[in-house]
Amino acid sequence: MTKFIDLTLNGISTGAVYAAVALALVLIWRATRIVNFAQGGMLMLTTFIASDVISSSGSYWLGFAVALVCGLILGAIVERVLMRRVEGGPPLNAVIVALGLLILLQASAGMIWGNTPRSFPPAFSIRGYDVGGTRVLFSPNDTFTVLVVIAVAVGLAALFRGTAVGLKMRAAAFQPEVARMLGVRVGRMFTLGWALAAFVGSLAGLLVAPSVFVGPNQFDPILIFGFTAAVLGGLDSPVGAAVGGIVLGLVLSYVSGYEGSSLVTLAALVVLITVLMIRPGGLFSSTRERRV
Amino acid sequence: MKAVAARIRAPSGTLAQSLGLVCVAAVILFLASEALGSYDDLQLANGAYYFAVLAGLTVLTGLSGQISLGHGALMAVGAYTVALLIGNEHWALVPALAAATATSAIVGTAVGAAATRLRGPYLAGATLAFAIGLPALADKYTGTFGGENGLIINPPTPPSSLGANFPLERWEAWIACAGALVVLFLMRNLLRSGIGRAFRAVRDDEIAASLCGLRVGRVQTLAFVVSAACAGLAGGLLTEVLQLAAPGAFQLQLSLSLLTAIVLGGLGSLGGAIWGAAVLVLLPSWTNDIANSFSLSTRVSANMPLAIYGLVLIVAMLLWPSGIQGALRAIASRVGHRQGRD
Repeated sequence: MTKFIDLTLNGISTGAVYAAVALALVLIWRATRIVNFAQGGMLMLTTFIASDVISSSGSYWLGFAVALVCGLILGAIVERVLMRRVEGGPPLNAVIVALGLLILLQASAGMIWGNTPRSFPPAFSIRGYDVGGTRVLFSPNDTFTVLVVIAVAVGLAALFRGTAVGLKMRAAAFQPEVARMLGVRVGRMFTLGWALAAFVGSLAGLLVAPSVFVGPNQFDPILIFGFTAAVLGGLDSPVGAAVGGIVLGLVLSYVSGYEGSSLVTLAALVVLITVLMIRPGGLFSSTRERRV
Repeated sequence: MKAVAARIRAPSGTLAQSLGLVCVAAVILFLASEALGSYDDLQLANGAYYFAVLAGLTVLTGLSGQISLGHGALMAVGAYTVALLIGNEHWALVPALAAATATSAIVGTAVGAAATRLRGPYLAGATLAFAIGLPALADKYTGTFGGENGLIINPPTPPSSLGANFPLERWEAWIACAGALVVLFLMRNLLRSGIGRAFRAVRDDEIAASLCGLRVGRVQTLAFVVSAACAGLAGGLLTEVLQLAAPGAFQLQLSLSLLTAIVLGGLGSLGGAIWGAAVLVLLPSWTNDIANSFSLSTRVSANMPLAIYGLVLIVAMLLWPSGIQGALRAIASRVGHRQGRD
């Protein structure tokens, strides 16, 4: 029973990170209909920057803040300089450009910081809480992770539903032509969407770095499972991304705890196929009319 | 579908044309393999099996409009089938390759049937999960699949009629090129047949196609089966050339680089698949040469080939959105126009 509780708690904290990456992917998909495979490279870069700032200044929170700001700027630059040219073109071309950027970022990070993964400090203690004399597999740092991801999800929902900027972003994504005629600066909204997504992505990088370490390829599994979580929940739904992340985190945690870690990727496949066979557009998809 | 296919039969002479093309290609490949050294013969063999899988993938993605990030795993199915049949059961090469093609086609039927319900990024996600999930089986059943180390088979022996000193690499290149030519012949005919047109109709407009009497789901599944069969053959040839089937060769990177190659080469055409295969084989050695030609620190030079690869992908997509084949066609038509005016 304690093992079950431990695995559940562990699943929730890793699931929260998948949810954050999924949110970053969903934000970009909603805005520009591009699956941003470069997200893994972007959050890797900002986490490396955080690592450097922390080790030179000695302040975790300074590194944390710098990484988030860098994420915002990087997202805006990537959209404005690179993705603007392939938006609205053949969808595969955008995917290839994103993959090219991912490879370029990983290679650049290898050149600057080397390929050996380095450790990254957690925000809070990673010693599990003491509950009635036994130590559970959930630490103050895990609490921080879950709370931050919830705060981001709620913040994004508030932004999209409750503010003028959020309304403009939704309009730009939903009907770019109409939105433009109504005076929305559509291009600027896309840039903002990418910046926000990269912000959320860099947050996910900071949260997961203590457990996976920082290296050019250390975040590949996070990107893959984040994408799986986004597809699981439905790429159009931020709520779906959050739920998909937690569900995937829990399932993978149970499978690796009870059946061994070699079956984790196979379990992800089974879960994804099962859900997609029942709901081809993800858990939180809405039905759409089809016309010639 | 049969009725529609019969009504829009392939233009007469396609079969003869394809046969002629394959014969010309065979002569060129034969002369090339004679002229090349053993290292380049091996590269030729690599290019040949890459062409086999890319031809299938470009039919699936370019013609039938379905994305797959899982073709690396389908290659693994073919590769392990050949390794098991030749290594354990001592089958001859040709039946083993046929079995690899069939096994992959069966797996492809299952994937394709599931794929008919999925579109765009959801299909990408499902096939991605397939690509990372399937190699885990090799780890789980170590006894059968050899775990991380994979399965090793004996190298093929060139027939004694070719002489005692016939290089092994050239023989491997011949085997792989023969497989590639079979794929070229079959795919070229398929593209020009009613089935090829059905693929295109479904890609362009599913609902219009279904109103014309095409069973969209079946057409899409068929595209997946054809493409999986090509991937299985390619995987089998890979095992024969490298004498090894190991999970490390079929990671997600393989699936992603296959997709990259068909888009870079030019989506939907067999010419594009040839360019894609050339890119997959030549680009890594070129980028290595470039990286080694500068005197750089090991940290930089170790990452240089990857950086160039990423940069090439980005620049190529921005400059030639329809790939190498598309760019060549544009140049050819521009030259044609100019000559017409003169």
